Amino acid sequence: MLIFTARRIAYTIPIMLGVSLVCFALVHISPGDPLVSILPPDASVELQEQLMAIYGFDRSYPEQFFRWLGRALQGDLGNSIATGRPVTSEVMNAVGNTLILAVTATIIGFTLGGLFGFVAGFFRDSWIDKLASTLAVVGVSVPHYWLGMVLVIIFSVELGWFPATGAGPGGSSQWAWDWEHMSHLVLPAVTMSVIPMGIVARTVRALVADILQQEFVTGLRAKGLLDRGVLAHVIKNAAPTALAVMGLQLGYLLGGSILIETVFSWPGTGFLLGQAIFQRDLPLLQGTILVLAMFFVILNLVVDVVQSALDPRLQRG
Amino acid sequence: MTQPLVEVSDLTVTFQGTPPVHAVNGVSFTLAQGEVLGILGESGSGKSVTLKTLLRLLPERRTRIGGKVAVEGRDVLALEGRALADHRGGVVSMIFQDPGLALDPVYTIGRQIAETVIRHEGVSRSTAMARALEMLELVRIPSAKRRLSNYPHEMSGGMRQRAMIALALACKPKLLLADEPTTALDATVQIQILLLLRELQREMGMGVIFVTHDIGVAVEVSDKLAVMYAGSFVETGSVAEIIRDARHPYSQGLLAANLVGAEPGALLKAIPGAPPALHAPPVGCAFAPRCELAGPRCGADPLPLWQARGDRWARCVAAAEAAVPSHAEP
Ligand SMILES: Nc1ncnc2c1ncn2[C@@H]1O[C@H](COP(=O)(O)OP(=O)(O)OP(=O)(O)O)[C@@H](O)[C@H]1O
Ligand code: SF4
Ligand SMILES: [Mg+2]
Repeated sequence: MLIFTARRIAYTIPIMLGVSLVCFALVHISPGDPLVSILPPDASVELQEQLMAIYGFDRSYPEQFFRWLGRALQGDLGNSIATGRPVTSEVMNAVGNTLILAVTATIIGFTLGGLFGFVAGFFRDSWIDKLASTLAVVGVSVPHYWLGMVLVIIFSVELGWFPATGAGPGGSSQWAWDWEHMSHLVLPAVTMSVIPMGIVARTVRALVADILQQEFVTGLRAKGLLDRGVLAHVIKNAAPTALAVMGLQLGYLLGGSILIETVFSWPGTGFLLGQAIFQRDLPLLQGTILVLAMFFVILNLVVDVVQSALDPRLQRG
Repeated sequence: MTQPLVEVSDLTVTFQGTPPVHAVNGVSFTLAQGEVLGILGESGSGKSVTLKTLLRLLPERRTRIGGKVAVEGRDVLALEGRALADHRGGVVSMIFQDPGLALDPVYTIGRQIAETVIRHEGVSRSTAMARALEMLELVRIPSAKRRLSNYPHEMSGGMRQRAMIALALACKPKLLLADEPTTALDATVQIQILLLLRELQREMGMGVIFVTHDIGVAVEVSDKLAVMYAGSFVETGSVAEIIRDARHPYSQGLLAANLVGAEPGALLKAIPGAPPALHAPPVGCAFAPRCELAGPRCGADPLPLWQARGDRWARCVAAAEAAVPSHAEP
């Protein structure tokens, strides 16, 4: 297990290097002048060159890359062009907020989705199965920004139960687990949880149905186990795959929440990414993408290790 | 005579569906305490379904079961809930063809055995584990203590089957059902497992129903044999009677291909033609389309029964005059 973990960690180093190169290249390949958003339209050539030098845009690409990488390794991602604040702290604040949102949404989605899927798989073709399957399809196919707006109209505008936007007092950096802040979390988290709920429900249903078809379940019944005994075996067999799906969903939510974060003005990475793109804020964009990409790499690592800890058959590889 | 261990009479099993499958059509037999019955037949003849009925392992909703099945005088078809679960694994247990599929891949062997013991005897975890160890030693798994914490995939096929046997015998069942337990194994391992089963059966004095399509295996382990075709027993008798004096053309066909040098590992040579689709219960003799002796009287329903003793009979119109074929003595 230890060797497996160590080897798996070693594998991620070249992956991370490659990822950072891609991040850098992507941003620099895109057309347009990076300084256009802060330069006045009638700026002199000298001023322009001076700024280019300050931000390092006048050097060769390999040089820029290694300088950027070297500083990034020390936790310095440069300063935002738009605000002048350090990119690292902006991104870390946003990461924290996205993490709060994504984890909450995943927990809601995984709990409900897992439950629905399990019941549906266990009582296949019953009304409860049909209900759960319908919910799952709706969950996967409904547009989330639309769902978000509907929830805002109902629970915020009409009923006034929850605030519609923002992350509560103190903006992006002052999160606390009290009701003042958490009430801001409810609507975006519920909206977001619909995605993993649908996918987890479908996966778990198929998984449970498949496990129940396997011969060892007949074996369990043949040795006299009662329903709850069989249930324990089914859960243990389904857990590795279900957790892997949950992990990937969490990863997906960590990166893919631009629409929902924008609808609710939730100050997370998606929101930040949107801002960086619209303002052509190169250092901010680069830094945000890099951090998100690293998240995915680490997440995959964690999922692999946890999964192999749960499923003894995977450890041999 | 004392009460038989197993009493099956006129058992029918139908799987509903379009089309339905009449998998078992009127099977009757009895098995005494400590006796071994071998059921011999081609793939699809209903051997596994017959065994599963004794444990009520068939899908409840789609299966119609008729007739009578009693173990130790208890009506198996009427068991429900906890009583059924007590019956399974406690009174009757089963070993499967492929232990790689029949054991839970994510539970250790020790835990899977202990779990059964806890379920049936309500003992503590450590007592149950001690029993598991005892059972692994009984089936002669080397370094049994270490094997307790193995997962099924960490064992060889033969070792897994030993573990499966240990699991099945952990609660001292009165009846062991063995569904082709050696088919998936190498020839040499097969013999070891058969000898082990035979030895444990004698030691524990349990009844065994052993299903196989390998005639050599059936001869090796059984006291009496039943030949099954299209969901029915077509002939039963002692091992010697079936081998020397098979009366049903189907039994004769099975033997003709294999008797010379009947040893474990020799598979049945296919008899020309294929078994019928069981979408309707057969009328008359189900073997007629493949039988050289088939004639107009073979369509009679019910077919006349040739019977020498209680469990020495054949269901074939030609059984009475069946000449002993030339293969009888080497
Ligand atoms: N759960 C089920 N639903 C529908 N049909 C079934 C089911 N189980 C078995 N059958 C059918 O019943 C018939 C008898 O099957 P069975 O498994 O008893 O054969 P078998 O004699 O054990 O053959 P084999 O040597 O291949 O194991 C087959 O036609 C099979 O397709
Ligand atoms: S009853 Fe007729 S068809 Fe059937 S086995 Fe006997 S001789 Fe052949
Ligand atoms: Mg079978």
